[in-house]
Amino acid sequence: MSLTIGLEENPWARAWRRLRRRKGAMVALFVVVFLIAVAVFAPLVAPYDPTLTSFTQVRKPPTWAHWFGTDEVGRDVLSRVIWGARASLSAGLVSVGIAVGAGVPLGLLAGYAGGWVDTVLSRIVDAMLAIPFLILAITLSAFLGPSLSNAMIAIGVTATPVFIRLTRGQTLGAKVEDYVEAARAVGNPHWRIALRHLLPNIVPPLLVQASLAIAGAIIAEAALSFLGLGQQPPAPSWGSMLNSAQRFLAQAPWMAFWPGFAIFFAVLSFNLLGDGLRDALDPRHK
Amino acid sequence: MLVFLTRRLLQIIPTLILVSMLIFGLQQLLPGDPALIMAGEERDPIVLQQIREQYRLNEPIPVQYFYWMKGVLSGNLGESMRLKSSVSSLVAEKLPVTLQLAGMALLIALCIGIPAGIVSAVKKETWWDYGANLFALWGLSTPNFWLGILLIFLFSVELGWLPASGYVRLGEDWKQSLATTIMPAFVLGNALAAVLMRHTRSAMLQAMGADYVRTARAKGLNESRVVLKHALRNAMTPVITLLALDFGTLLSGAVLTEQIFTIPGFGKLIVDSVFNRDYAVVQGVVLVTATTYISLNLLADIAYVLVNPRLRG
Repeated sequence: MSLTIGLEENPWARAWRRLRRRKGAMVALFVVVFLIAVAVFAPLVAPYDPTLTSFTQVRKPPTWAHWFGTDEVGRDVLSRVIWGARASLSAGLVSVGIAVGAGVPLGLLAGYAGGWVDTVLSRIVDAMLAIPFLILAITLSAFLGPSLSNAMIAIGVTATPVFIRLTRGQTLGAKVEDYVEAARAVGNPHWRIALRHLLPNIVPPLLVQASLAIAGAIIAEAALSFLGLGQQPPAPSWGSMLNSAQRFLAQAPWMAFWPGFAIFFAVLSFNLLGDGLRDALDPRHK
Repeated sequence: MLVFLTRRLLQIIPTLILVSMLIFGLQQLLPGDPALIMAGEERDPIVLQQIREQYRLNEPIPVQYFYWMKGVLSGNLGESMRLKSSVSSLVAEKLPVTLQLAGMALLIALCIGIPAGIVSAVKKETWWDYGANLFALWGLSTPNFWLGILLIFLFSVELGWLPASGYVRLGEDWKQSLATTIMPAFVLGNALAAVLMRHTRSAMLQAMGADYVRTARAKGLNESRVVLKHALRNAMTPVITLLALDFGTLLSGAVLTEQIFTIPGFGKLIVDSVFNRDYAVVQGVVLVTATTYISLNLLADIAYVLVNPRLRG
């Protein structure tokens, strides 16, 4: 019996072991890493300059020279899809970064402090969640002005209340645990209890939510760019490529297929990864 | 019940006030002078002064907010600069279009999502279950504007069966109306069906493990009766109440879907107003949306208590 005590597995190693057993999640993780690599090495991977126009190559169907065909001004669709990964992935990561960076501290504060701080923050969260996600994001980014960075801010702000609510709920549950009581009993200051004792214990659900939120943010960025509120032309983005493709659906359907498929592929991977993480990190899940 | 109702009603008042402040505050984010934007080409200082006075732009922001709220509470949501009509009448004109679309989408989602959820729960960890889960993942991950474009390509461009855009009112010609809305409704319903399938699956799994289901089986009832009469009835309660929360998803989806299929509904009104800097309309529409969402949540909460006798205090 005493043998097993020394072999106690740390929770992260256990989570990783569980995640590895899930084929879907591992494929998704691989795809996510692949997409990030494509975005980072876009200048090396893309066969052409994504903004290079050619009037002899207008709306050409896929060939060996242009695997995904060319668009309405003769640009290579494959190169634009590859460069578009930069806009979509950075929008996903940056806006969720904003949401986590603002939402987690505020949620910790609301859950830990309680009282009027909690009441005020919770009502603000309710108010923001009452406005449908995309409508708030569209309105915010329109008011801020159309650009990729403003779209990221708009999506980040819109996604923040979900993280406040989740962190608050988790904090409420965790702060009555014995280890928090013990930390308080030995005289730790509040900030130390919140950051060193509470936060590490509520990371798993936040990680799951972050992965799903990245999927949502990628769709939102594509939607904003589709409406002309995100990445501005001629810089490539999957959403704005779909927008121009819509006008040439009868003549050049490949223009619409590939950027949409790229969005689907990226979003699917983050959703699958989030589902896998949830199964792997939830201690109740066997 | 009465205590619960009163508490719940009192709770939504501060939320509504905050929503209105948030919506009003958005306008303050706007760079530049609103009077200049409203005046458009006009640069005459007298006209600008008139606009400032007419819209009380010289007053402090809290005073402006007070006047706006006073109007809102008496049913006046302001005036559209672009369309020269009241925001309330625009809302009344566009909302039925989106409601028809949302209603059809809901019907499609219920017809796909609930059976899929039941099957995947009853046949847990079989190919049926994996199939239904794959469908849910597809539904959650497909951007609806892409699905819309693909459908237009298939059914309008290639097959020529359905019109690619436009809208005919249900009262004018119901066949044509259905033809113009079936594709957008499917696009909207597809995502919702995925969410519904997941809700139904988890609620059904919980119900199938409950004591009353074991009792029903022990009585010798056949399996389909156990599933449909005993488990499903109990599982549907949380699913139906969760539907109220999905209303926001439906409206967010309608924004893009109406844009792609050029349907003159609520979503298109928002996008057009945003692009034309018609802020009174944006504020009014967002306020109506948020109020509807909050009211639906309230109704869902009440319904939940009503159908579950154990929650009645």
